[in-house]
Amino acid sequence: MAGSVQAATLDDVISRGHVQCGVTSGLPGFSQPDENGDWTGIDVDTCRAVAAAVFGSADKAQFTPLTAKERFTALQSGEIDVLSRNTTWTLTRDASLGLNFTGVNYYDGQGFLVSKSLGVDDAEQLDGATICIQAGTTTELNLADYFRTKGMTFNPLVFDTSEQTVSGFAAGRCDVLTSDRSQLAALRSKLEDPSSAITLPNIISKEPLGPVVRQGDDQWFNIVKWALFVQINAEELGVTQANVAEMKSSTNPEIQRLLGTTGDMGEKLGVPADFGFRIIQTVGNYGEMYDRNVGPDTPLGLDRGLNALWNNGGIMYAPPVR
Amino acid sequence: MNESNMTLSNGARPKPWNNPKIRMFVFQTLALGTVFWFGWTLFHNTLSNMESRGISTGFGFLDETAGFGIIMTLIPYDSTMTYGRTFFVGLLNTLLVSAMGVVAATIIGFVVGIARLSSNWLIAKLALVYIETIRNIPLLLQIFFWYFAVLQTLPSPRQSLDVADMFFLSNRGLYFPTASAEPGFGWVMAALIAGIAAAVFVHRWAKRRQLRTGQLFPALRVGTLLILALPLLMFMLVGRPLIWEMPSLTGFNFTGGASILPELAALWIALSLYTASFIAEIVRSGILAVDRGQTEAASALGLKSSFTLRLVIIPQAMRVIIPPLTSQYLNLVKNSSLATAIAYPDLVSVFMGTTLNQTGQAVEVVAITMAVYLTISLIISGLMNIYNRAVALQER
Repeated sequence: MAGSVQAATLDDVISRGHVQCGVTSGLPGFSQPDENGDWTGIDVDTCRAVAAAVFGSADKAQFTPLTAKERFTALQSGEIDVLSRNTTWTLTRDASLGLNFTGVNYYDGQGFLVSKSLGVDDAEQLDGATICIQAGTTTELNLADYFRTKGMTFNPLVFDTSEQTVSGFAAGRCDVLTSDRSQLAALRSKLEDPSSAITLPNIISKEPLGPVVRQGDDQWFNIVKWALFVQINAEELGVTQANVAEMKSSTNPEIQRLLGTTGDMGEKLGVPADFGFRIIQTVGNYGEMYDRNVGPDTPLGLDRGLNALWNNGGIMYAPPVR
Repeated sequence: MNESNMTLSNGARPKPWNNPKIRMFVFQTLALGTVFWFGWTLFHNTLSNMESRGISTGFGFLDETAGFGIIMTLIPYDSTMTYGRTFFVGLLNTLLVSAMGVVAATIIGFVVGIARLSSNWLIAKLALVYIETIRNIPLLLQIFFWYFAVLQTLPSPRQSLDVADMFFLSNRGLYFPTASAEPGFGWVMAALIAGIAAAVFVHRWAKRRQLRTGQLFPALRVGTLLILALPLLMFMLVGRPLIWEMPSLTGFNFTGGASILPELAALWIALSLYTASFIAEIVRSGILAVDRGQTEAASALGLKSSFTLRLVIIPQAMRVIIPPLTSQYLNLVKNSSLATAIAYPDLVSVFMGTTLNQTGQAVEVVAITMAVYLTISLIISGLMNIYNRAVALQER
C-alpha cells in the first residue's frame, strides 16, 4: 500500500511506448502547436531529445499542455515524465517540491514591456505603474523585490494565462507587462501592432529555465540530464544533424564516445549505445535547436547572448561525455 | 415475560440477526466505519506518498514571507507579510464581491421577477428578454464581456472622464474622494444614531395608531428624512468636521482618494446580472404559487394594489422563494471564484493561485480553500434556514 516509491520511470516509459512531456499551452519559440498540430519549440525539442535517447526516435514524445499553476502537480502525480515548460530553477522548487532540475536549456532574465506612448525608457521610471503578470511564476516575486528595493510602488494585475495577460496589456488596463525577456519577445509578436510596445533595457532577475523530473529516480534524472548535455557537447564538437552520419566514422575519440561508436556510455545510462547519434540525427545539436526555434532568423529573433557556448562568449557548458 | 413479547407468533424471542434494532445498529456502524476507514486511508496514503517523494508537507508555510504584491487589499498588506496574510486578503476580497453580488442580485432579481408579471406588455417583455438572454449565456463569457468589451473601452488615466474634479473614470477604475474624520465627528455619528432611534419610534407609533384608528402615516418617508436630516444638521452645526482627500493624477496613475477596480466592477456586474436572472424566475414562480383568490380577496377588501403585493402576495410567496433563493446565493459565492480569469485578487486567485505556486503546497492550499468555500456556503445556508423558519407557514 502506501509508501512504495514510484517504479523506475524508464520502465514505465518503455512499456508505454512514448515519453510524456509537460509543455506550455502556447508560447512561440518554446512550445506551441504549428498549423499542422505538431508541437514546436525549444522546450518541445528538449523533450524530444529524451525520446530520441530512449527510443531512437524524436516522434516517441507526446505533449501535455499545462498552465503555470498545474505544472508541478502534473509532474509530482506522474501524469508526465518530464516537465519542459519554461520553468525557472530556484532553490525552493528544487528542494521542497520533490522535484529535480536536470539542467538549463535557456538562460533568461526578467524584463519589462511598455507601451511606446508612455514615454518611459528605464524601469526606474515605473513608480506607481500598473503591471500585468502571469500567475504562478517567479516573476511575481522578482517584481515585488525589485520595486521594494528601489523604494517604488506598483499595482500588480495577475492573470491566469499569458493570453489574458497580453489582452490586459493590449487593452491598456496596465502600463507595463513583465515576464522573462524571451517571453516578452513572443508576447509582443502577439500584439496587434508590435511596434507600439518596446522592451526596456533592464534585466531584474536570473531565470535559468530547464527540464524537471521527479526526485528519487536517479536513472531517469541522468537520462534527461545527459540528453541535453549531449546536444550541447555536439555543438561544441561541430556535430550537426546534417553531418552526423559521416561523423560516425570520425577518428576524434570525443565524437566517437558521443555518438556511441566506442565506449558504453549508453549502457551506463540504461539507454541504447547510439543514443547520442539518435538525438543529433532526429533533433540536432543545441545550436540548431536554438536557431530553429528562437534564433535571429525566427519571428522571435533572439540573439544567442548568454546561451552561446562557453568558448563563444556565452555560459552554455556541458560536462564531457567520458 | 411481559405483554409485548407474548404477542410474538410463537412466543420466543427473535434471533439477534432478525432483531431490527440490532440489525440497524450493526449496518449503520459498518457503513460509518467504512466511510471513516476510507477517509483515513486517503489521508494517510497521501501523506506517506508525499513523504516518500520528498514533497514537504504541513502548514508551516503559512508563516513564511509571501514576497509578492496584491493589487487590492481590504486589510493592510505588503510583500514582506506572510502567506497566512495572503489567505485573509484573498478571503476578504471573495467575501466583498460575494456580499455586493448577493445584495445587487436580490434587488435586481425581485424587480425583474415582478416586472415579468407586470400587466404592462412592454415591461413584461423586457423582463422576459433580460431573463432569457442573461441566464442562457455562460457566466465566464459574461465576465469577459463586462471586463474586456465594456470596461476596457474606457479612456486611459490621462484622458479620464471626470465629474467636478472629484470623480475620475478611466480604465484604471473609478476614483473618488475619501473623507477622514476630525474631532467633532462623533457628534455627527451620535446624531445618526438618534435619527435611527427616532425613525424606529415613529414606525412603531404609526403602526399602533393604524391598529387603533385605521389611519395611515407615511412612516417610511418620515423615518428616512429623520435618518438623513439629523446627522446633516449636526454636521453643519459643528463646522463640517471632515477632511476630503481628492484623487489626483501623478505619473501613470491617480493617487489619493479611493477607487473601485475595473476587475471588481466587471465581476460584480456579471455575477449580479447572471444570478438576478435566476432569482427573477424564482420570484415569478413564488408569486404565481400564491392563489389568485388571495389577490381577489385583498381587492375585495379595498386594499391598494401596492399593498396587496407587499402585505398579501410577497409574504406568502417568500415561502416558495426562500429555499431556491438560498441555492442561488450559494452559486453566486462559488461562481465568484471565476475572478481569477480577469485578475481580480480573490481567494482562488491569490491563495490557490500565487501562494500555491510559490510554496508548492498544493494539497494543503486546496484543502484550506475547499474548507473555506464549504464554511461560507454552510453559513449562508444556515442563515437562510433560520429566515425560512421565520417566514414559513405557522401551524396553529
